[in-house]
Amino acid sequence: MMKQGIFTVTESSPLTEKVSRLVLRGDVSAIERPGQFVQLRLDGLYLRRPFSVCDRAGDSFTILFEAAGKGTRLLRDEKPGAEIDVLTGLGNGFDLFACGDTPLLIGGGTGISPLYWLAKELIREGRRPTALLGFNTAADVFYEEDFRALGIETVVTTANGSRGVKGYVTDAMDRPHSGFYTCGPEDMIKAVCSRSDRPGQLSFDRRMGCGFGACMGCTVKTTNGLKRICKEGPVLDRKEVLWEN
Amino acid sequence: MGKLSVSLCGIELDNPVIPASGTFGYGYEFAELYDINCLGTFSFKGTTLQPRAGNRLPRIAEGNAGMLNAVGLQNPGVDAVIREELPKLARVFHKPVIANVSGFSVSEYAEVCRRLDGVPQVGWLEVNISCPNVHGGGMSFGTDPGAAAEVTAAVRRVTAKPVIVKLSPNVTDIAAIAKACEDAGADAVSLINTVMAMRIDLKTRRPVLANRTGGLSGPAVFPLALRMVWQVHEAVRIPIIGLGGVQSAEDVIEMMLAGATAVQVGAANLVKPFACRDIIQALPETMERYGIEKLSEITGGAHGWEKM
Repeated sequence: MMKQGIFTVTESSPLTEKVSRLVLRGDVSAIERPGQFVQLRLDGLYLRRPFSVCDRAGDSFTILFEAAGKGTRLLRDEKPGAEIDVLTGLGNGFDLFACGDTPLLIGGGTGISPLYWLAKELIREGRRPTALLGFNTAADVFYEEDFRALGIETVVTTANGSRGVKGYVTDAMDRPHSGFYTCGPEDMIKAVCSRSDRPGQLSFDRRMGCGFGACMGCTVKTTNGLKRICKEGPVLDRKEVLWEN
Repeated sequence: MGKLSVSLCGIELDNPVIPASGTFGYGYEFAELYDINCLGTFSFKGTTLQPRAGNRLPRIAEGNAGMLNAVGLQNPGVDAVIREELPKLARVFHKPVIANVSGFSVSEYAEVCRRLDGVPQVGWLEVNISCPNVHGGGMSFGTDPGAAAEVTAAVRRVTAKPVIVKLSPNVTDIAAIAKACEDAGADAVSLINTVMAMRIDLKTRRPVLANRTGGLSGPAVFPLALRMVWQVHEAVRIPIIGLGGVQSAEDVIEMMLAGATAVQVGAANLVKPFACRDIIQALPETMERYGIEKLSEITGGAHGWEKM
């Protein structure tokens, strides 16, 4: 169940030239599952901005984001001590029991964000996930060590081969796996699905109005009827996805 | 009768604050957050005869002080609303509710209203002749006084419940449309629906919204809405529900001074989910600050000062 609260920025740090990490402290009790998201209200912007939760620990949560537009640039420039109005506990989150004992966690760019906390929770459940993290170049790589520090096999791919495996994340999927969890650009998610016939949990991103199911701004068609990405998503099972959306 | 109460077509509201249709779903999402019985009432998601999946995505864009939507009347259809949504709503909301109705023909409006007329939970029918986001329906009835009157009269014939006609701001003379609705038997008018608008993505050089255009709402439209409420108040005797960019107790009072009997709150619910509760809580103190003893007495209070 969602909550609204004022959170304090406790850490703001660049991870690469484009990607930043922000840690916010406050009432995190509504953030229940990896794959859920939060909506941040930023000065001068009318609509809130959604971000996947990268981690939740103690009384704080972490988000990773690329400064790509007005909102994310504002957020990048927030300093520790800043207060932000946040809606927490949004969306369904990943199903920890849907993808077997040896799932792949497949992320592209900032899409790796929700997979980090997911990895921690899967490990806690006794599973043995492998992380496949896709980037464009070596300079774009972030959170590789953080995933490795969880004690899981972590494979980095770069499109130009400047670090790790040369190619796309899908080029690293050729290994035994019980299923997969994936988040990133939609073309990547589609390609991931075409490379595996195992169970899959896919996290989607859509332009949203409210983020909590009231405005019907992000409804997609699925084999299980209409679903609001913000409420019945953002995670959909691969079996219910209709790609024409 | 409390200081905040108003009467809307013969039904008493504890206060004039009403979440607007399409920004409050069927109430449950908000009932998780606060007891929605603090509301005057609310207007549920626009309902059509058949289920509608709505428009393609993206349906949402942003402006400097507001948002654009082109949802396209997504709803499960009137029978599913009556069978599934309203019984669920009855568990969390114990007051008469406003049923918002849309259609693509005069007979569809009338049929949806006829079916909702039999539902005791429904206190009022709000006939939306102003949706800018569907083709061949909605707004096409709200931009012509004759068509507006025709829909109003057809609905009037099938229901004993108060009929509120929701008007479009995308017209030259909204007062003339309001008058036509009044003459055709409307018990009240609500205004304004969203203002037709658009955004273009500089990178793709294409409209942001898949529907190309959408309806602008939020504080950007408040002064426009207020002016139209003012004009309609000068033209009709039936009650007016004022809406468009309302986000504070001060805005509620301003709308009422312009001529509104009750006030709807739309986009604010989407960015500040506690908006309506907070506005209601702020009303007594705000009234005191402006020397208002009873809210219902200020409706239209800004009119007629030239004659004094």
